[in-house]
Amino acid sequence: MSKVLIYAEIKAGKIKKSAFELASEGRKLADALGGDLGGILIGSGVESFGPELAKFGVDTVYVAEAPELENYNSEYFAQALAQAITETSPEIVLITHTMQGKDLAPRTAAKLGAAVMADCVSFRLEGSTLIGKRPMFAGKCFAECSATASPQIATARPNVLEVVENAKAGAISKIAFTPDTSRSTYVTKELNLDTSGKVDLTEAEIIISGGRGMGGSDYSLLEEMAAIFGPRATVGASRAAVDAGWRKHSDQVGQTGKTVTPNLYIACGISGSIQHLAGMGSSKVIVAINKDPEAPIFTKADYGIVGDLFKVLPEFNNELKAILAE
Amino acid sequence: MKSLVCLKQVPDTETQIKVNADGSGIVTDGIKYVINPYDEFSVEEALKLKEKFKAGEVVVLSIGPDRCVEAIRTALAMGADRGVHVCDEAVNNGDPFVMAQTLAAASGNIEYDIIFCGHRAIDDDFAETGAMLAELLKIPQITLVTKIEVSADKKTITCERDIEGGKETVESPLPCVVSSQKGLNEPRYASLPGIMKAKKKPVDKKTFADLGLTPDAKLVSKNFSMPGSRQAGQKFEGMEPQEVAKTVVQALRSEAKVI
Ligand SMILES: Cc1cc2nc3c(=O)[nH]c(=O)nc-3n(C[C@H](O)[C@H](O)[C@H](O)COP(=O)(O)OP(=O)(O)OC[C@H]3O[C@@H](n4cnc5c(N)ncnc54)[C@H](O)[C@@H]3O)c2cc1C
Ligand SMILES: Nc1ncnc2c1ncn2[C@@H]1O[C@H](COP(=O)(O)O)[C@@H](O)[C@H]1O
Repeated sequence: MSKVLIYAEIKAGKIKKSAFELASEGRKLADALGGDLGGILIGSGVESFGPELAKFGVDTVYVAEAPELENYNSEYFAQALAQAITETSPEIVLITHTMQGKDLAPRTAAKLGAAVMADCVSFRLEGSTLIGKRPMFAGKCFAECSATASPQIATARPNVLEVVENAKAGAISKIAFTPDTSRSTYVTKELNLDTSGKVDLTEAEIIISGGRGMGGSDYSLLEEMAAIFGPRATVGASRAAVDAGWRKHSDQVGQTGKTVTPNLYIACGISGSIQHLAGMGSSKVIVAINKDPEAPIFTKADYGIVGDLFKVLPEFNNELKAILAE
Repeated sequence: MKSLVCLKQVPDTETQIKVNADGSGIVTDGIKYVINPYDEFSVEEALKLKEKFKAGEVVVLSIGPDRCVEAIRTALAMGADRGVHVCDEAVNNGDPFVMAQTLAAASGNIEYDIIFCGHRAIDDDFAETGAMLAELLKIPQITLVTKIEVSADKKTITCERDIEGGKETVESPLPCVVSSQKGLNEPRYASLPGIMKAKKKPVDKKTFADLGLTPDAKLVSKNFSMPGSRQAGQKFEGMEPQEVAKTVVQALRSEAKVI
């Protein structure tokens, strides 16, 4: 029995940092409710991640393993998660709002007759009721959300909740899971994971974005900066750059692209349209480089540089290299 | 190929959102409404499938107040065949479970090979209705889809979908629910003849009672608030590139402490 259960996402043989974010938050909630924190690992050969979860406050690590769980599959993972929830009857279930979480959480919730407080950026308790604060309209406003069904299921935005070490026993408890294969589902034919180790926009700590001001598909100055920062940084784009075919659709930041909350967002040659600002406005620190002093992006930027990006960026990269080498 | 497209009407992305005085929601005065951009991708893809198979139907299904008819008509003007509008005072727009339940009930009277949802509605940003609908109908879901290929016998579908840091190709039996992601296609504009024709296409209006539903919301949204307003910070003008780069990089380290 756990009062709070977190789902720990595993990708490409690694447990995600977001699992530790959930464990840390789950620990706080479980303590406040005076109960245990459970963590569920779903997959094949995933038990070995148990100790990592325990480090961040998980009392009991539930493990559901089956050959059908080798690759992520909506139906089988939702069955496994729903079974774990039914067997451990937590009051609160936390999942991360990653692409996998967005696929898994609602399907699991529907199996249990519940809905998901999606994409929460913070949590609090009112008695035993979980209140999740969540952005709406891509961050143009916020609302507090609570659930009337049981369990209370929420997804948390990655990269926002704090990670706190708090070692617990992490006793392993197996869930005897056999998938119901009479339910039709898809099969994965091909997985193309970007092996460059490039972090996804939604999980990056630093994002360097280029807009129409880049003037073409040569983003090497931005790629160079991302490389200087290392694997926690990645390159994004405005819709104008995506529509021009300079960057992939998956690079688009904004109301109809990705909503991002990095520690540092560097906007290069981006004017700051309402749709773009909606997607990156809650970044912790914003730097803008734009040659137009009136560009709306400057109203949101903590550091606004009026100038030609092609002149500023090479110098910026030199300075970064120097300071990061220190 | 018969497609059912679930379409939501949402405020235009240009809208400056303001929270109302008691924090129970947003100020709706003067808002211009449009088809949810992701649902536009769905309409386009459904039309393409009908064109490819040279047969079939595209039905658009929308839940919401009277004004939603405009969104349905726009989809009809793009080329969809008919609309179903679930319009009821009891609609709670903030609950994806009720939406999925209603879509599931309404789909019972419609023939389809595939159901399209948007990856998310850009107003409430839940990104969950499609997957819930699939579960309620006990059919597969393929979310975040950027490419679709349907077999000649219309029994299987192959899709490319976004996953963090990559792509996945999956194959599923039909019918299934597909959720449209940016990159799937470029939606067409409604033509003038299309707009004329749309006026005569049927839109069937239904209430919850017609569908035998008593909505039972699972989520409550309240205490709406505005984001902490961001103040413009320091602006550097007329400085040499090297000087400004040095100043800002130093500030990012010692002042903002992010690098
Ligand atoms: C339904 C809908 C959804 C949308 N969703 C999104 C979305 O999700 N994301 C998004 O980004 N947009 C979105 N848009 C588009 C949005 O309205 C803007 O058109 C877009 O964000 C503009 O991109 P931009 O800033 O790169 O281009 P522009 O607005 O053209 O700005 C380019 C900027 O570059 C500067 N510049 C040019 N050359 C240089 C140089 N050498 N050095 C420095 N600065 C330079 C210019 O001064 C200018 O400010 C959406 C629009 C609609 C209608
Ligand atoms: N009121 C509605 N009417 C029709 N379809 C809807 C409605 N609400 C949500 N949907 C569908 O579900 C998708 C995801 O919505 P959401 O879960 O609210 O982000 C939308 O893109 C639509 O396809």
